[in-house]
Amino acid sequence: MKEQDLQALRAIIAAHKRWDWMFGVLGILALMVALMTFASLFIDMAINGLGRIDIDFLTSFPSRRAANAGILSAWVGSVLVMLVTACAAVPLGVAAGVYLEEYAPKNWLTDVIEINVTNLAGVPSIIYGLLALGLFVYTFGFGQSILTAGLTLALLILPVVIVATREAIRSIPQIIREGAYACGATTWQVVSDHIVPYSSPGILTGVIIGMARAIGETAPIITVGALTFIAFLPPMPFAGDPPAGVFDWLFAPFTVMPIQMFNWTSRPEAAFLNNAAAAGFILVLMTLAMNGLAIWLRYRLRKNIKW
Amino acid sequence: MKMTKYAAAAAFALTGVVATSVSYAQALVKIDGSSTVYPITEAVAEDFQKAKKNAVRVTVGISGTGGGFKKFCRGETDVADASRPITKKEMESCKAAGVEYIEMPVAYDALTVVINPKNDWAKNMTVAELKAIWEPAAQGKITSWKQVNPAWPDRPLKLYGPGADSGTFEYFTEAINGKSKATRGDFTASEDDNVLVQGVSRDVGGLGYFGFAYYIENKEKLGAVSVVAAPGKPAVAPSLEAVVNGTYQPLARPIFIYVNAKAAERPEVKEFVEFYMKNGEKLTKEVKYVPLPAKAYAYNLDQLAKRAKGTKFGGENKVGITIEQLMKLEAK
Repeated sequence: MKEQDLQALRAIIAAHKRWDWMFGVLGILALMVALMTFASLFIDMAINGLGRIDIDFLTSFPSRRAANAGILSAWVGSVLVMLVTACAAVPLGVAAGVYLEEYAPKNWLTDVIEINVTNLAGVPSIIYGLLALGLFVYTFGFGQSILTAGLTLALLILPVVIVATREAIRSIPQIIREGAYACGATTWQVVSDHIVPYSSPGILTGVIIGMARAIGETAPIITVGALTFIAFLPPMPFAGDPPAGVFDWLFAPFTVMPIQMFNWTSRPEAAFLNNAAAAGFILVLMTLAMNGLAIWLRYRLRKNIKW
Repeated sequence: MKMTKYAAAAAFALTGVVATSVSYAQALVKIDGSSTVYPITEAVAEDFQKAKKNAVRVTVGISGTGGGFKKFCRGETDVADASRPITKKEMESCKAAGVEYIEMPVAYDALTVVINPKNDWAKNMTVAELKAIWEPAAQGKITSWKQVNPAWPDRPLKLYGPGADSGTFEYFTEAINGKSKATRGDFTASEDDNVLVQGVSRDVGGLGYFGFAYYIENKEKLGAVSVVAAPGKPAVAPSLEAVVNGTYQPLARPIFIYVNAKAAERPEVKEFVEFYMKNGEKLTKEVKYVPLPAKAYAYNLDQLAKRAKGTKFGGENKVGITIEQLMKLEAK
């Protein structure tokens, strides 16, 4: 090869590498926009709110005096609502996803259902709130309760769970199914012994993404009648006089973190803004804790999968 | 395998709950309604629960006056917070559902017209000037202070006000423009009064209105306009005294609670309302509202004891009514 050609070649390679490098920088910049937005919000909340966070803040009920006000009823409400949401959305969503992937015949009806499930994920949350107001609050008579709120948010995240379940199931190699069927397994056996266990890390990720969205939702929760001032907790099973039933807490009135924050930001006294920042900080920590739990569970579950 | 078992168990547990549908019964007072009345009711609820050692539970929601009456007239709540009297339509829906109520004014809210502290020309304004600024015909035309009053500088006029769902908006438009909800549309509207505070405090040509409590908490950032009710009358700045003695007109308005007459038979609701009236003066002051004279709270207690049902407004908002006039009115 001539020296000249070699140099031309090197120039081309260098130019391409430059492009590579430039795209890398662009990617990092794009990433920074997302990260810095979150970081600046988080730091701002921390600066304004950290001074307010102590044990009293977590164990006090709301109050008209900013210094005495706490988020006890709000965080307990959020945790309980999330519990109901998970209990309702996970079985329903996983079952629907498994059906669509493993059982459903491939025809136009299934296609229509698939498209609709994906579209449901984009429906504004207030619509779910209105649906729940008519269905759960009035038709089923659940009232303005933790159960209603949990089921509403479950409906909201159901599409996310279904889609995540299907994605997770699709990533399982076809060989596994074929092997199992070849040994004479029924569809149910394939699903319960192989498909669901192997796809559970992926499903879990989807569930957590859904839950993280649900915990910050305000509009549908306000529509179904979450309260602003509530200075008592839902009844503990068997506690109190007369003793509360195991499921009485489901029908208790409640509030959640975002509503508490919203109320505080609209107060005239500036001190309440610090409370709102502190509550926001805790809410972010709750979301991070949920994500952390999911990562840990996913790690544990993945370790058990060997194929 | 385990996952599916857990999932199935959870699903069964949930259906079990739904089927038994245990009713949650405990001494509970449910309140919902206006965000303007909320701070007072919240303060009363907080102290009442402490006084009762948490034997009675009180919940307070914010659905706006209209939303609060919807729930109240369906019998879902025991007390409705209202920043205006009940309307004819709401009276009808209450009647249709068989809900009777006792009307109780609990405080005054002085709507405060605010300007930027650097604004030194419009410290006094007449109702006519306010009308010239806010009336529907002013839309797109009145854009400078000079157009309202030739003595004022030629500065752009930037307007801030609450959104259309608010009782404050309804009252202000009725008191100033003569018709409820009649207003120009080209102003910055927000349901969050803190947004309005920020807007006016950053804009030398800004003008806005909201409840007195928001002015008091931000008075170093804002200036309050003294209002001249009619030609020849003195300009009156919003203050506790001016509201109580009836000179701050026409922007002082009474705010109310409505008590479900049937619910008032329940001891916890009756005790709550009594507590409200006995501590109303102190707590109202604490949350920066203007309390009614002591005799008005006594009068409310008397109304409760007599179960005096109905409204004294006949479904209409009365602009500039004083508490003395209110007590003399007959319920319709």
